[in-house]
Amino acid sequence: MDAHTASHAGREPAHPTPGLYLKVAVVLFILTAFEVLTFEAGRGGLGPALRPLFEPIVVLVLVVFSGAKFVLVAMFYMHLKQDPRLLANLFAFPLVIAAVIIAALIVLFRYWRMVGAL
Amino acid sequence: MATGVLDHAPAAPAPETTGIWGWITTVDHKRIGILYGTTAFMFFLLGGIEALIMRLQLMKPDNTLVSAATFNSLFTMHGTTMIFLGVMPLSAMFFNYFIPLQIGARDVAFPRLNAFSYWVFLLGGLFVNFSFLLNAAPNAGWFGYANLTETTYSPGLNTDFWVLGLQILGIASMAAAINFFVTVVNPRAPGMRMLRMPMFVWMSFITQILLLLAFPVITVALIFLMMDRHFGTHFFIPAGGGDPVLWQHLFWIFGHPEVYILILPAFGIVSEVLPVFSRKPLFGYTAMVFSGAFIAFLGFGVWSHHMFSTGMGPFADSFFAISTMLIAVPTGVKIFNWLGTLWGGSLQFRTPLYFAVGMVAMFIVGGLSGVMHAVPPADLQQTDSYFVVAHFHYVLFGGAIFGLTAGAYYWFPKMSGRMLDETLGKLHFWLMFIGFNVTFFPMHFLGLNGMPRRVYTYPAGLNFEFWNRIETYGALLLGASFLVFLWNLGATFRKPAHAPADPWRGATLEWLIPSPPQEFNYAEVPPVNSSTPAWDLRRAHGRPLPEPLRVSGAGIHMPRPSKWPAVTAVGVLGVIGSMLLTHAVQHWYAITLTGAAILFYGVYRWAFEPAF
Amino acid sequence: MSHAAAPPRPPPPPAEEHPTATGIDNRKLAIWALIGSECLFFASLISTYLVYKGKSLIGPLPHTESQCMLHGKLQTCEGVFEIPLVTFGTAVLLFSSFFVVLALYGAQRGNRKMLIGWLAGTVLSGMFFVGMQVYEFTHFYHKGMGYGTNLFSSTFFTLTGFHGSHVTVGVIWLATLLVLAVRGKIPAEKALNLELAALYWHFVDVVWIVIFPTVYLLR
Repeated sequence: MDAHTASHAGREPAHPTPGLYLKVAVVLFILTAFEVLTFEAGRGGLGPALRPLFEPIVVLVLVVFSGAKFVLVAMFYMHLKQDPRLLANLFAFPLVIAAVIIAALIVLFRYWRMVGAL
Repeated sequence: MATGVLDHAPAAPAPETTGIWGWITTVDHKRIGILYGTTAFMFFLLGGIEALIMRLQLMKPDNTLVSAATFNSLFTMHGTTMIFLGVMPLSAMFFNYFIPLQIGARDVAFPRLNAFSYWVFLLGGLFVNFSFLLNAAPNAGWFGYANLTETTYSPGLNTDFWVLGLQILGIASMAAAINFFVTVVNPRAPGMRMLRMPMFVWMSFITQILLLLAFPVITVALIFLMMDRHFGTHFFIPAGGGDPVLWQHLFWIFGHPEVYILILPAFGIVSEVLPVFSRKPLFGYTAMVFSGAFIAFLGFGVWSHHMFSTGMGPFADSFFAISTMLIAVPTGVKIFNWLGTLWGGSLQFRTPLYFAVGMVAMFIVGGLSGVMHAVPPADLQQTDSYFVVAHFHYVLFGGAIFGLTAGAYYWFPKMSGRMLDETLGKLHFWLMFIGFNVTFFPMHFLGLNGMPRRVYTYPAGLNFEFWNRIETYGALLLGASFLVFLWNLGATFRKPAHAPADPWRGATLEWLIPSPPQEFNYAEVPPVNSSTPAWDLRRAHGRPLPEPLRVSGAGIHMPRPSKWPAVTAVGVLGVIGSMLLTHAVQHWYAITLTGAAILFYGVYRWAFEPAF
Repeated sequence: MSHAAAPPRPPPPPAEEHPTATGIDNRKLAIWALIGSECLFFASLISTYLVYKGKSLIGPLPHTESQCMLHGKLQTCEGVFEIPLVTFGTAVLLFSSFFVVLALYGAQRGNRKMLIGWLAGTVLSGMFFVGMQVYEFTHFYHKGMGYGTNLFSSTFFTLTGFHGSHVTVGVIWLATLLVLAVRGKIPAEKALNLELAALYWHFVDVVWIVIFPTVYLLR
């Protein structure tokens, strides 16, 4: 198997450079910092004035920011941006099923049970 | 069985490729396929015997042939065995043997991983059945509903054997699924595009995707249950805030795709058999591919139709009812395409066609009662009754087993070089067909009359006697049909092996090479320009193709045999199996660590051993 | 079934000894199939955590004060989470993903120094993360949070524990490769050996990207 991996490397599109990798790392770090700051602000850790502003948006911020981090790692570090589409699909399809299952279980157990009679 | 067939192949077979050691270290997909088939058939017969004992117990009211406790073990092990040790590995036999052949490959993508899957499967199957020797066979139903399976209601090792056994078998299935997924995508012969692959390969491919996505969910559910039973958690124990209904959700998120894991390979086999014996190509090839994919995709959105009686509320009930009914559409597409394939064909009434047509007919019955279950109010009447037992035996026996048997008769000459007897084959069919319907059709009546599932006996005077007696006669007939099959196998193996390469005028690549194939399958892969490459060649040739010769395999590098997959499998058994002893043995973790050490050592030796 | 619908690629030139129909190496495809499967594994664990969130019958709880059993008597316990520590661990894990792409970059170009240096950094980061988790678990245990104490502790330990065991497997895998690299056994044409481990490592990282906000930052 090893004999032909080299020829594969030649056929696959070039992966990004260290410079781009570093930029991604910095963005990941900043997004994480924002996640934690939003959490702190939302629970009043950064002063009572910020709490009403941030408390309602914590979940939204966490979902958006962690989603962005997920996509960045998958696209650049896992090379899905350059590698064949098949691999991206191989990741995306299970992710869709996983997301649907998580959402469905939350709805079944938390929402519809709260509504009671429904 | 198929050893020593390489008459003219001096491809320097390594000395350890013969005898028992040869089978233990083999990485040849064909030999592993035969191992899968033989083992799974043994387990299948065992599951059949369990079913027969149950039928004898239910033959008359207030019967005392077996105790209630034994009956619990019988129905639990019958379900578990038939699903995980019977139908799934019988399908795996065909995946092993025929996916590489049908796509024109030398072997599967990872031959040693393939051997590993088999050994883990074998050890897992033996592990679960070992419980019988300790008088501790699983007894809480094949779907192990919490909180019946918690220690309060199921003390003893019975449920532990079930939980851990399924965990071991899950590892085998996962390894095999990754392997066959890659095998279908990657080592296809030149010209074998995705939309030219035989329908069996397509349906198997979709099955692997289902396995990959469904098994992790049951793995997690079983981990929770194991933690509840051994490590003091309360995942499914209401006293600690846990919710038993979560087990049902997790189980059926796995369990419904599992139903398609069981049936899609049989769909694929029937889609191979019908065109060959109708002498015309499969009707609506592309529609067949996409309806299969659609069934699989929808299969992840219907799980709660197994749980209407838990009271999920009208929104959830409606959603799952509609999504379930939607599945009837692609299934209907398949059935009409099978009928379209037969329509106007030059039908060759050989044994494989009997079983394939039987499968289509029986599956329709099971499919129709399935749509009835999709209606929640109707389901509430039918759930937990014999009506459900009738339904799933029509899809799993009438569908999966008829389809797999069609495949067995169809491919037996290719696997063994011998033709099964046609007369005995047809006798097998008629006994099985009649026995099956006599056994399971009356269950519809009994179910609607109110006979519950899983009861070990019933009192006289409830109007259950007549049909139960008839059903038992049917079951004995069904059992007899498999004796005919065994007789056929035995008689065939006493005859010399000179089956032609292509006894049926097959459409796919495997019929172009000798029966049984040589170790390397294809010295040179034939051209593939359509989904029926063998027919293309025959048409181009103008007259029947000459019998292919056994050729020298000199210069063809085949993967080397390896003992490390089997060693690693023992490690897996040690690690997971040791959890059985957490309450019984003080230093149980010593066994876990020993297993882990074997596992580690096996993986490292495997990783650093050259594959070729 | 998106990959099923993917247009077929022309077969590779027959000169190759073991051609693959897609041009993707078998092992790379396998590791992606494994990753796809693992998505459902972690999805099941995460769903359970969320379904049972706030349903514990007794403390300790993640963020808020509660009544819990400690040293044999019922008392008031504070929320157990220490966000700064875990944030630091998260950052280390994120950076380890960055390190391993640089190691792979070095491996693919035959730059042994780069390969060994960054790979060692990755292994150390992974070990740090596992160490952080061991510390955290021990700390929680001393705060009266055993595995079976309540639904929060069971779901938390199972979810993060299985993630941690994945990190541990990754550390062992990468450390093995590091030993090989030091012995000069990962030349440029065998960079795929590292790429496979790197893909697994990134996956473990993205799982943590989901777990961290879901478990630690969602109140």
